[in-house]
Amino acid sequence: MRRILVAGATWAVALMAAVLGAGAAGAQEQVFRVNNTAEPESLDPGLVTGVPEHRIISNLFEGLTTTDPKDLSPRPGMARSWTVSKDGLVYTFQLREATWTDRRKVTAHDFVYAWERVLNPKTGAKYAQQLYYLRNGEEYNKGQVTDFSQVGVKALDDKTLQATLRCPTAYFLDLTSFYTLYPVPKWAIEAHGKDWVKPGKIVSNGPFRLASWVPQRELVLEKNASHWDAATVKLQKAVFIPTDDINTAYKQFLAGDSDWIPTVPPAQIDAAKQRPEYYVTPYLGTYYFRFNVTKPPLSDGRVRKALSMAVDRESLVKFVTKAGEIPTSGFVPAGMRGYEGVRGLPYDPAAAKRLLAEAGFPDGKGFPKTELLYNTNELHRVITQAVQQMWRETLGIQVELANVEWKVYLARQSKLDYQISRAGWIGDYVDPNTFLDMWITGGGNNQTGWSNKRYDELVAKAGCGIVDPKERMKALQEAEKILVVDEVPIVPLYTYVNKGMLSRKVKGWQPNILDQHPLKYLSIEK
Amino acid sequence: MLRYLVGRLLGLPSVLLVIVTASFFIMRVAPGGPFDMERALPTEVRTNIEAKYHLDESLVRQYLRYLGDVARGDLGPSFRYPDRTVTELIGLGFPVSLTLGACAIGLAVVVGGTAGVLAAIRRNRLVDYLTMSLALGGVSIPNFVLGPFLILVFALQLGWLPVAGWGTWRHLVLPSVTLGLFYTAYVARLARAGMLEVIFQDFVRTARAKGLREAVVVGRHALPSAVLPVVSYLGPAAAGALTGSVVVETIFGIPGIGRYFVTSALNRDYTMVLGTVVFYSLLLVVFNLIVDCLYAYLDPRVTY
Repeated sequence: MRRILVAGATWAVALMAAVLGAGAAGAQEQVFRVNNTAEPESLDPGLVTGVPEHRIISNLFEGLTTTDPKDLSPRPGMARSWTVSKDGLVYTFQLREATWTDRRKVTAHDFVYAWERVLNPKTGAKYAQQLYYLRNGEEYNKGQVTDFSQVGVKALDDKTLQATLRCPTAYFLDLTSFYTLYPVPKWAIEAHGKDWVKPGKIVSNGPFRLASWVPQRELVLEKNASHWDAATVKLQKAVFIPTDDINTAYKQFLAGDSDWIPTVPPAQIDAAKQRPEYYVTPYLGTYYFRFNVTKPPLSDGRVRKALSMAVDRESLVKFVTKAGEIPTSGFVPAGMRGYEGVRGLPYDPAAAKRLLAEAGFPDGKGFPKTELLYNTNELHRVITQAVQQMWRETLGIQVELANVEWKVYLARQSKLDYQISRAGWIGDYVDPNTFLDMWITGGGNNQTGWSNKRYDELVAKAGCGIVDPKERMKALQEAEKILVVDEVPIVPLYTYVNKGMLSRKVKGWQPNILDQHPLKYLSIEK
Repeated sequence: MLRYLVGRLLGLPSVLLVIVTASFFIMRVAPGGPFDMERALPTEVRTNIEAKYHLDESLVRQYLRYLGDVARGDLGPSFRYPDRTVTELIGLGFPVSLTLGACAIGLAVVVGGTAGVLAAIRRNRLVDYLTMSLALGGVSIPNFVLGPFLILVFALQLGWLPVAGWGTWRHLVLPSVTLGLFYTAYVARLARAGMLEVIFQDFVRTARAKGLREAVVVGRHALPSAVLPVVSYLGPAAAGALTGSVVVETIFGIPGIGRYFVTSALNRDYTMVLGTVVFYSLLLVVFNLIVDCLYAYLDPRVTY
């Protein structure tokens, strides 16, 4: 026991020493501290899939394009300029003079290597589908094509990269600003294996470099003075704190330990709203319910419509979610460039009752036992309770709530082992396709058992075939109408909002639909 | 004694084997897998990943593979943190959990011990009633209530200490108190009881009769015997503080092993869960062994 106490004391002393050292160095002004809500799973652009990872990696690395902080449209990044062939299939990127943090030049070969790595089945990249837009990208990832020269990416020379797509993809330049498509340093990966992303080993090409990283404690980025756009960068440092308990994270913000927290605990919304640091902006995501259409009574479209029309979304956001969410009956959130959203079924209790009666359940009589599935979460609990009550009062049916843990919820949903379930979908890029292509027959994220031929055709046409942007958007609109008006395998409830707290001393902040805030545009003013 | 020790050590692998086997299969019975995500992975991507981590093999084969790896001291890669191995993550988290646990137990011994002895020698007086009511409170308040309460008062209202995080002695105070309060209270009660039992015995009376000062009587004669129950409690307490810091680590955002345990169980990070279970069981078994040996050393009635 004594030995343990001694060891403990030694640690305590060592910790104190570390603190005193850190205290002396922590006097700069341009430091931005982020409560990142989770420990990043990795810093390897090819392997990650999450938002906390994006907040770090998008500053550490840079893709062919970057995003405009306000409207998220593509801006030049590693590519100085680009040309697109008339058929919309061939993109030719001219790279700028830029270097990695080890002073090597960034070349077109670095992109080819990175994309090959993501598509290589052995890498096991979870976001490999982000490169399925390339010709033969999917086939290579599936092992059907083994020769990578067949895949649509080529370095014409050190400074010219050519990407050949499977289909014209309107948002390809948005994708090139996404981390899965970032270049990675072959030599560092080959030298260090999976350790290449660790401090002292990592080589990156973004406006910031990795200064230190202690898992679950703190990750620090510092300005990369050798970056081509270093003149724009005002921050000297950014500190990412991985507090995953949002109540603790919120308290840390209140205590001044962080400058930004991208979420607020539901129970604190009313208090948070009173503070000047609170912000709320629309988010590229939709909260909705799924119906399992393979089993009665939900296999009957009239029942699904009745359930959808009995939900008072206005009251839901006003009295239950309360953060300023936008009620919606359509699935694609507003704010997509060039897309006019579709209105789904309105709130209409009388029509809902009529439809339910037509389906054979007048005033809910004889309606079979039905379960609404949700994963453990305070917000989901109150939302499902509210809707349960609306259905009971309007339609006279009793829906049971089933609360399960996250992974159980995911497993039951994908096995269609549910009747109704809550769900949310956040867009990958700013195009309606990211909300509509998931509902095609047998799509991995469909998980309703729903299938519609016309819908599949329209989405396929919009994904590949129609080059004219207006025509394409029209096809997508028609598809959305089938989804939320005619067939209703889902009930959209509201458009998500970003709700967070931002210190007033942070300048250069641009609200946007993905809540992405490139550090290079931020600064601190007291 | 030596034979006993060798016997116990020889039994260790079989204990661990049972634990590993049970955890391995229980983990796999739980619905959902490490690569179930909100955004379903395309089938072929999933196949690629499962092949990478050998999850495409039969369960028995995976189990044997895992046993082989563990026997060689390799706890495998973490599924959730692909840059890191389980051994690496435990290596990072354990010193932190150990520091926190040591502080909590240190607090328990110093504060709890002193309070208990004081309460015993001033029994049935104000000090006694006060410390024992506090101790009752300490044993009763769960740490997930105490932690946020302490944060509210000392970090947010008074601003004396940080809300959460790790790195300085100031970060240690609130979590140590939160984790240590239960043990402090328990030690106080044990110390009081132990002292009361001893203080009326003949050898203490003799010491008094010799005309020794009260401080010497208590400190030199009564205390060593009185402290015995406390010492025997410290083994389980230390193990408990080390493995039971899960909630405290989450509330205070501490990068210890307990936090990995929770997140990895929720994420079905099989290797990480198993790795922490193996490590925790090793820890518990060793602590129990130490306590049993200490018993033999401190209490002449116990021999092996």
